[in-house]
Amino acid sequence: MITDAKPIVSTRFGLDDGHTLERYLATGGYEGLRAALRQAPADVVGQVKGASLLGRGGAGFPAGVKWGFCPPGKFPRYLVVNGDESEPGTYKDRMLMERDPHQLIEGVLIACYAVGCAQAFLYVRGEMAHAQERIAAALNEAYAAGYVGRDILGTGFSVDVILHMGAGAYIVGEETALIESLEGNRGMPRLKPPFFPAAIGLYGQPTIVNNVETLSNLPWIMVNGGHAFAAMGAESSRGMRLFAVSGHVRKPGIFEVEFGVTTYRDLIYSPLYGGGISGAHDLKAFIPGGASAPWFYEEHLDLALEAGAVGKAGSMLGSGAVVVMDETTDVVRAAHRLVRFFARESCGKCTPCREGTSWLEKILARIIDGNGRPADVEVLMDVCDNISPGISWPPRQTTICPLGPSAVSPIASAVLRFRDEFEAYVGGAFESKVVVKGAAYGEAPRIPIAATTGGA
Amino acid sequence: MARFSAENEAVAREIVARYPVTKSATIPLCHLAQQQDGHLTTEAMAHVAELVGATEAEILGTASFYEMFRRHEVGTYCINVCTSISCFLRGSDELLEHAEETLGVKAGGTTDDGLFTLEGWECIAACTAAPALQVNYRYLHDVTPESFDTLVDDLRAGRRGDDIPPHGTLGRVRQQIPAQRVCGPADPARNVEPGWLGAAVPALDDGGRATPKPPPPPTDDKGAVS
Repeated sequence: MITDAKPIVSTRFGLDDGHTLERYLATGGYEGLRAALRQAPADVVGQVKGASLLGRGGAGFPAGVKWGFCPPGKFPRYLVVNGDESEPGTYKDRMLMERDPHQLIEGVLIACYAVGCAQAFLYVRGEMAHAQERIAAALNEAYAAGYVGRDILGTGFSVDVILHMGAGAYIVGEETALIESLEGNRGMPRLKPPFFPAAIGLYGQPTIVNNVETLSNLPWIMVNGGHAFAAMGAESSRGMRLFAVSGHVRKPGIFEVEFGVTTYRDLIYSPLYGGGISGAHDLKAFIPGGASAPWFYEEHLDLALEAGAVGKAGSMLGSGAVVVMDETTDVVRAAHRLVRFFARESCGKCTPCREGTSWLEKILARIIDGNGRPADVEVLMDVCDNISPGISWPPRQTTICPLGPSAVSPIASAVLRFRDEFEAYVGGAFESKVVVKGAAYGEAPRIPIAATTGGA
Repeated sequence: MARFSAENEAVAREIVARYPVTKSATIPLCHLAQQQDGHLTTEAMAHVAELVGATEAEILGTASFYEMFRRHEVGTYCINVCTSISCFLRGSDELLEHAEETLGVKAGGTTDDGLFTLEGWECIAACTAAPALQVNYRYLHDVTPESFDTLVDDLRAGRRGDDIPPHGTLGRVRQQIPAQRVCGPADPARNVEPGWLGAAVPALDDGGRATPKPPPPPTDDKGAVS
């Protein structure tokens, strides 16, 4: 359903000078911070909890609840902003940082006030030079005007916001890897437990890691109230949310839509958004939430963009990236392209991922080059099963972080749904004894399933 | 040679002073070194080690993890053609082939004049303007063979100097914190609760410039997470 709900975080995207303090102040800027400072910190947390603001990074955890996990009495607390957006298909945090950096900074300040963070680090992906420039300029303006730093607006609330940049590593988007990277180390994830950042994070201290879009919603929530935010959307998915629609659509773009009620069909086909499949082609498949997500098909188009419903259907909203593939798409090559990403970006810490993703990539490359055998497809599925036993959704994992299981999604999707395309490449039928339990894979299982036990 | 210049060392010290634990400045300082020299030299890493209080091996250990750090000379302009899924679906492979022909090098190679390094890259977050590329981390969207050739001609002729600096330079605006506004790093060893946190009263009393919103409803009956 397309609604007339007004955008929250993208209101300045169309302005040439939306990134300047002058324009920001002229369009309601820093009123959210003032509204927050008129309340006790605990009440600000209450507003955000009442808003039911789900994290917009990928995991979709409620932001207000996450804030509550800091152990009492242990200080200093830190806020780390995850601006390391790198999931293929995802393209929203960069817009927020380039087009509206003050909105993000204001969100950071509200979070620091609410949680009691003494210092904030704004970690921007290394490749995003323009975003770094815009944020540096915005911070310089905000410091000079008294919005950031010591004794903010004369209230005694004091916090430094430090711009930090990465250097090219997708895995650093995982929050514990981000903390490792911010400590000056190789960006390898930490084991949870015990290293839940809210308890043991940056420098061993309680640390809140929030996504750019999540924080960018806070100024609006403070001005309009958490209940106004929660009044939009449905079920677990409240407020508005940015989605990037790319691939074979007429009008690729970033759209802020009412969360929980707008459907994939709206996003892909409405003239307001994607505008339909480009050329005179039909839909073959689409990735509903970034490269890590199991694929969806025609029969999923009327699903609402609602975390619970999408999860039940066997995939995820993830990072809000919808990638559309038309009927001309070679799914074997598309799967290879997705898996190659995970093979390149595996940090190498856990064996099933380090070895598994690179073997998946090599085997697929061999198949595409015309040197594959029917048994290769079976090996692909077996390696997937080693990385994520049972190939279920949500995925089980034999690794510390979800990167490895992410590589399983495109392969299981492509192999199970488009068996004939693999057979054409390898020159014969294949059989796999791997048990598959993901709902998105189960709609049309075309591989004989030898057993039905196991899985999550 | 290749240690920080006096000017860059001053910038480096300013950056280091922002972090509660100095090793955190490793990546920003490696970027600064790369900006100075075009790539990350062993001598620069030794200087970074001194400045952040780590060993040279630790700096190499960190730097070698991140693909943006080039430990050997690269072209003045690094052209990264995105070949991830969204660009792949819209012709990135054909674009990369065209780029190879235009520049006369295979992906991964550098032209003989040292001007261009060409690479196939993973997602650069420009998926709705595919196929896309970055030159020294500056974007070119919806790239066609013609717009690619124009870009190369312009770079060769020195016409893009204003918006595309040589390899190694990221944001050209640096964060600068005025001395009278800085709070300073929050020392993890000092367990101090921030003064504002426990306060039951609002921090700001500005005469109600805007009307505060009422508190949230006590319960949420719509099934939302609370």
